[in-house]
Amino acid sequence: MVFLRRVLTIVDYNAGNLRSVKRACDAVHVDALFTQDAETVATADRIIFPGVGHAQSAMQTLERTGLAQALLEATARGTPVLGICVGAQLMLDRSEEGPVQGLGLIAGVTRRFALSDPALKVPHMGWNRVRALKPHPLLEGLGEDDEFYFVHSYYLDPAQTQNVYAASDHGGDFCCAIGRDNLFATQFHPEKSGRFGLALLERFARWDGTPC
Amino acid sequence: MLSKRVIACLDVRNGQLAKSVKFVDTQDIGDPVAKAAQYYADGLDELVFYDITASSEGRNIMIDVVEDVASKIFIPFSVGGGIRSVEDATRLRLAGAEKINVNSAAVQDPELITRCAQAIGAQSTVLSMDVLRVDKSAATPSGYEIVIHGGRKRMGLDALEWARRGEALGAGELVVNSIDADGTRDGYEITLTRMIAGAVGIPVIASGGAGKPEHLYDVLTEGQADAALVASMVHYGDYRVSELKQYLHGRGLPIRTRY
Repeated sequence: MVFLRRVLTIVDYNAGNLRSVKRACDAVHVDALFTQDAETVATADRIIFPGVGHAQSAMQTLERTGLAQALLEATARGTPVLGICVGAQLMLDRSEEGPVQGLGLIAGVTRRFALSDPALKVPHMGWNRVRALKPHPLLEGLGEDDEFYFVHSYYLDPAQTQNVYAASDHGGDFCCAIGRDNLFATQFHPEKSGRFGLALLERFARWDGTPC
Repeated sequence: MLSKRVIACLDVRNGQLAKSVKFVDTQDIGDPVAKAAQYYADGLDELVFYDITASSEGRNIMIDVVEDVASKIFIPFSVGGGIRSVEDATRLRLAGAEKINVNSAAVQDPELITRCAQAIGAQSTVLSMDVLRVDKSAATPSGYEIVIHGGRKRMGLDALEWARRGEALGAGELVVNSIDADGTRDGYEITLTRMIAGAVGIPVIASGGAGKPEHLYDVLTEGQADAALVASMVHYGDYRVSELKQYLHGRGLPIRTRY
């Protein structure tokens, strides 16, 4: 069988509501398929690595199914990968949720919010502004007041500022988008973030996998 | 800073908007999906569908409605009404609902909250509580009592105690609906909302009594709510969602104004 069109592959590892990512892709006319198959992920043209739920159990599933290894291989091949929420968190070395070792694709740790102001709630749930800290093709056109939908209790803490692409504020600045080379990942949910989120998915479908 | 949310609630019966709600745009009468799409385009932050269907056949229609909505609107939405089991919750979640709301069934079976939180995550498990103002007593020291079945049955359960317990059982968010304020359009029950918001560490959605934009402002500031639920004031066409948000933004609240 010859693939005539490049499709986007959504890594399916029972991590919450993956169908919403697929529906959002459908809405912007991006062909997307789910797969639980490690080989399909390893050889995919373009990957969305979503995730909702518990980091430790997600990571255990990824390892058991061979999907963790497949993601490492795809990344090494230069495949564009978009991580979302727990998918983003698992790109780092380690998560405090468990704790558990992540994929180690980007240096850093996923930490639990420790907020001194009792008026600030955890999980950080709702709409918040996302400020681009440096240009990236996936953040193109992002306005200063554009908001995205978040729902998480842990945040991304990359070791190196070069991997930080955007920040948001919840009792202080926190990193909400990371990247390097062909990897990009958001703590927020583009699939639940109205037209700005859909636009990000659309840009990812066209992205050549270079950071600038 | 997290924006304060404006949430609209739509009552659905047998897959259609409940007749008790009058709509201005005649072409939209009866179709919850069209109404949801309209509010989405107008900047709504979140939606709640409350299924008031009595029959189980009607409940299957709700699944279709949820799937349809999920393919057309890309903001979070929750579904409540008649959720009695983890299976109910999981089905709605898979159909595309971001969150599910449990109410009466959780009062009768509190562990339902924990089971739902374990199955679909605390962030997707919302405890919705109907609250009646009562005389303070040994059973209701806060002066507020939980009622179920749309306010028809008093449970002798203190509202503040139930809110705290709901959080401990795993709810990720609370909807506090004042039976006294509901339908009055005279404003939210500020005292109740503030009391509960101050007692829990999870977000609180105020519900019942919204009639004017000031009411939203009051409950989001003085009432310490994270979100304000509106129904008739937008359904009847008195206010547009975008108008409410502009008003709140103009008064200095963090509000999502670009959409």
